[in-house]
Amino acid sequence: MSTPPPPPPTSDVSQQARDAWATAVANPTPSAINPSETRDWSPLAQVSTPTNQTPRLSCVALEKSYRKGDLNIPVLRGVDLDLAPGEFLSVVGQSGSGKSTLLHVLGLLDAPSVGEVHCDGRRIDNLKERQRDTLRNHNFGFIFQSYHLLPEFTLLENVVAPLAIRYSTLTWWRHRRSIHEQAHEIIDKVGLGHRVKHRPSELSGGEMQRAAIARALIGQPRVLLADEPTGNLDSSTGQEIMSLLASLNELQQLTIIMVTHDERIACRAHRIVRLDEGRVETVNQAA
Amino acid sequence: MYKLQLCLRYLRTRWIAMASIVSVMLGVATMIVVNSVMAGFATEMRERIHGILADIVVETHTLDGDPDANQRMTEIMEVAGDYVEAMTATVEVYGMISFKYRGQVITRPVTLIGIDPETKGKVSPLVTNLSSFTSGRRMGLALNEQDDSTCTVKDVLQHSPADNAGFQAGDRIARCNGTLVDNTKQLAEQLKNAIHLKILEFQVLRNNQSLDLTLPVPSPSWDLTAQARGHRSLMVELEQRRLQWNQPQPVLPANNTQPLTPQQTSPNLDAPPDLDAPPIDLAPAVPPSLRSFDQIDIPPTRTAEPIELADPADPLPAKVYIGAGLIEFPIEDKETGEIRLERMVLAGEDVRITTVSAGRPPEPRHFTATVVDVFKSGMSEYDSNLVFCNIEQLQKTRGMIDPSTGDRAVTSIQVKLKDFEDADVVVERLRAAFPAHIYSVRTWQQKQGPLLAAVELETGILNILLFLIIAVAGFGILAIFYMIVVEKTRDIGILKALGASRHGIMSIFLGYGLALGVVGSSVGVVLGLTFVHFINEIEDGITWVLGRKVFDETIYYFPEIPTAVSPVTVSCVAFGAILIAVLASILPAQRAAKLHPVQALRYE
Repeated sequence: MSTPPPPPPTSDVSQQARDAWATAVANPTPSAINPSETRDWSPLAQVSTPTNQTPRLSCVALEKSYRKGDLNIPVLRGVDLDLAPGEFLSVVGQSGSGKSTLLHVLGLLDAPSVGEVHCDGRRIDNLKERQRDTLRNHNFGFIFQSYHLLPEFTLLENVVAPLAIRYSTLTWWRHRRSIHEQAHEIIDKVGLGHRVKHRPSELSGGEMQRAAIARALIGQPRVLLADEPTGNLDSSTGQEIMSLLASLNELQQLTIIMVTHDERIACRAHRIVRLDEGRVETVNQAA
Repeated sequence: MYKLQLCLRYLRTRWIAMASIVSVMLGVATMIVVNSVMAGFATEMRERIHGILADIVVETHTLDGDPDANQRMTEIMEVAGDYVEAMTATVEVYGMISFKYRGQVITRPVTLIGIDPETKGKVSPLVTNLSSFTSGRRMGLALNEQDDSTCTVKDVLQHSPADNAGFQAGDRIARCNGTLVDNTKQLAEQLKNAIHLKILEFQVLRNNQSLDLTLPVPSPSWDLTAQARGHRSLMVELEQRRLQWNQPQPVLPANNTQPLTPQQTSPNLDAPPDLDAPPIDLAPAVPPSLRSFDQIDIPPTRTAEPIELADPADPLPAKVYIGAGLIEFPIEDKETGEIRLERMVLAGEDVRITTVSAGRPPEPRHFTATVVDVFKSGMSEYDSNLVFCNIEQLQKTRGMIDPSTGDRAVTSIQVKLKDFEDADVVVERLRAAFPAHIYSVRTWQQKQGPLLAAVELETGILNILLFLIIAVAGFGILAIFYMIVVEKTRDIGILKALGASRHGIMSIFLGYGLALGVVGSSVGVVLGLTFVHFINEIEDGITWVLGRKVFDETIYYFPEIPTAVSPVTVSCVAFGAILIAVLASILPAQRAAKLHPVQALRYE
């Protein structure tokens, strides 16, 4: 277990802010653009001050099943999972064990059939679609196995896409300079400073995954959800990506949940959760 | 923000979207071209109808007419004098016209209109429809008609208005009323359009020098032009020779050898000479030996009457402007394949007119009249139906002059208003003043209501049909968008994972549709307007490629394709196309918005 990250600065928790917490995220103040300023716009920050006891992301008795015709195919059969702030967790399991589905449900890309998903002590799975979209944009960063970059956009445009989604055209235009500065900073951090103007098709797999990480980071998420981030990469590139993730976790106290079927990759995490047949089988503390 | 970015990016990178843009573009361009041409035709037609009819026409229901025209005109002035600019009395009656062409007698039904050219010319354009004016002969100009590339003056009649204005033989007319003139046909068109002008302005090139000359627009009259007089005296001479030639022939037609009565030799208006004249011999009993006349391409004069006039070239007391459509027919040149118009009667020749007398029962009346001019308004309906006659002659022939008082009856009074906007008010007042069972009071539009309505209906139907083209383009967009949505399924999943809302995804595709519509219709508008602007050049090009005339002026009566661009129509078409593009993108956009993010992300 890593040391808990420094608690986000607490602002006055007014009743007003409490009521508006889910919707206010749609209208971030310009301070959100400048990473040096405090993140007081974050709705969750205003709601609760997470402590060691409050997991960043947790799920309770999570069940998920798909219907195929008359058949009901259960994928998750009651998963309880806590993700502490600043923790690096990997979920391993066989193909079809439901690990990707778990990640999707946790990341609000899919709704659970039964059970609850909490983020910083707040239930988030029953929010309205619009609020879930906004929450996803502000709090979650996704990394996928096949990178999922937008082919029409350059690397820079791909990286700033979450902010482009977050802001209206006008706000974007007003803050484009600071957004781009921020993007360049992050791109440099993932080591792609020389590839800014390139299209995804002109990048190698490792570079694309780095770009995807940069994209996941630009919105300053609270949780990074990685779905087989090294699955399409050779082992050495995979190790590079893992090192990058580990360093992010260490240096920035970024909370990461990673799904993989590769044990060697999984052991880079603090904790390993093994899923089997939609249930949590074992929980191992990594060395 | 990403919506805009994605829209633009998709627009730039999806070549298949070009197909939708092109289909929208073509639809819009077609609609604009067709509408402009239709509107051009309609406007031109209205102008031409208006050019013949006056603003308001007060007609009697009976052909006998109103016995006291002057009284009626005074009443009109009393009722609506403030609005009236000019008035003219006319007699309209049905009749027939007969003339001989190459040995055969041709008879046509006509509407005979008795007019006073002086006042008629003030009520509606008259002189600009006369071919002696549009050919320049009326002003004393003889133009070189064979030349297709320039408009040159072949000859100028001495002491004519053109001579007084300073025209000389060999001058090249470069501009008329400020418009460039390339050949004689274009000059004729310019002169025809000089409806409201009093002065014609010419720019003439003489010895490489530019001169500005002006000519007054002549008022219409019953005078023969010098050329017509020349033609007439030649005709008379030929006829005389023919008579001499015919002398020894035993089977000569009676009317050709009949001694002339004194009445026929002197053009006396008071004594109606033609009524008593025997009817023209309609059967061409020309002996075979005389067929040579027909072969020298100058038709023989139609009557024997004017042989011994004081000046043989003087016209008969009855004079007519004859509609061009009545005496023209297209003839194809066997050698060149060109179609030209053959005139069966030329100005200066005589025609036989049959009509009915006023009073009960109507009796047939005949008279012989000299063709003073040929009337060509461009409306085939009028050109192939109307014969304008001098009103005095028509009134006399039909017995419309009261013997005791000398009052002359008329069947209609044509009124020109100072401002046509007031037409409804004036019609209202006149209808109140004149009993409806005797008079009908109508504007020219009401008089031509069915025709104008038919044209409007036609335009409407054509527009609906053409809008279907854009609707087809809309379905094209729908299909193409569906494809793009399927193709972009994974990207949609990514955007959703990054937090794009359903609404946002939807607006990407709606915006894309809007962008397609805007680009397509603006390019279409530009294309359509360019096409309309250069339509005649394009027509020339197609003619050159196909080797045959697409827009034949002998059929359509317009030397150039008339167009009228209405900004309202153009913007309606453009916005309609944009709307259709947006509507067509709703369904694919909804589909995109409804995609499940996880399934979309898995889509390969």
